[in-house]
Amino acid sequence: MVYTFTTDNFDNEVLKSDVPVLVEFWATWCGPCGRVAPILDELAADVKEAAKIGKLDVDEEYKVADDLGIMSIPTLIVFKDGKVHQSTIGVQSKETLKKLLGL
Amino acid sequence: MKDVVIIGYGPAGISAAIYLKRQGIDALVIGKDLGALEGYDDKVENYYGLKEPIFGKDLIINGIEQAKHLGIEVITDSVISLKSVEDNFEVKTAHDIYLTRTVLLATGKTRRTLHRPGFSTYRGKGISMCAICDGFFYRKKKIALIGCGTYMLHELDFLRKMTSDITIFTDGNPIKADVDMPIVHGKIKRFIGSDRLTHIETTDGTYEVQGAFIALGVPSSLEFASQLGVIIEKNNLKVDHNYMSNIPGLFAAGDIIGGKLQIVKAAYDGMNAADAIYSYLNKKK
Repeated sequence: MVYTFTTDNFDNEVLKSDVPVLVEFWATWCGPCGRVAPILDELAADVKEAAKIGKLDVDEEYKVADDLGIMSIPTLIVFKDGKVHQSTIGVQSKETLKKLLGL
Repeated sequence: MKDVVIIGYGPAGISAAIYLKRQGIDALVIGKDLGALEGYDDKVENYYGLKEPIFGKDLIINGIEQAKHLGIEVITDSVISLKSVEDNFEVKTAHDIYLTRTVLLATGKTRRTLHRPGFSTYRGKGISMCAICDGFFYRKKKIALIGCGTYMLHELDFLRKMTSDITIFTDGNPIKADVDMPIVHGKIKRFIGSDRLTHIETTDGTYEVQGAFIALGVPSSLEFASQLGVIIEKNNLKVDHNYMSNIPGLFAAGDIIGGKLQIVKAAYDGMNAADAIYSYLNKKK
């Protein structure tokens, strides 16, 4: 499944996660972001319990996005042990995202 | 509504148009220049059937003439943007707008960036290549729009909705558009900032900005395709074995998808892409 991250659950679900977490920073008005969604669906089905895959709406949850200095979307960030491990801008293939997750 | 718009009239684009024509499909081919072979000093001598080596530029011009003789519509224009409209595409050029069921990107590969100190450092941290993607983050902020022509106006249209504090930086180019905002004519020397971009230094002085959008010349195909959400890896547009990108109906062939940067490979790509487009259109109808 693809998680929906928010300002409220970000700490628990992302920063304190035992497994790597991939977060897509997106917004409803962002055309290219729409192309990421099906890739995340497939990725989530592939990685199962090995990682968490989710997205965060920068309009609704601007606090998290601001803190991380997100200024371009889609931005995809992999968090490991509560820290930013890898970060990339633009639509990426499932294979590339798996590599970013270290899987 | 067109069946196919092919962007680029090099070996990949023209070969695709010829093979489509043989299947009874009329493509519109839009090109803007003669691509990688235009400024190539050595003659081409490794392509099949050339009795004498010829200049790459002449080979490309021959290809365009060949297509025209076969009744294929070939025009010279610059593509400014590419949009999805339901299942179809809207191709906007400097002079016109075309609706089409499929698009073949066969533009070759030139990536336009601004090679100035600080560009890579602040890319994504104040410098953006895409107003539609990133404009939102610059609401009510002081921004620079770097450009001088139609592409700049296209981006300006969108950025105006986000902020009124826009300065145009022409980077030393003559401005080819009417705008009612401040213009800096100096050449850009470098981008300055700390965590984020804060200033642009030009030959006319240093200016404080919170963001800078690049819209110089015309967008490269990777630029306008990435606004649609295609997957780009290592500067190559990613396609499947049917030459289709992750966006249904958007195909690509030639140098832009990577592999050997050779005429024979581009022509082969063009032929295969034509077959794939033909099957796709048949399924869609």
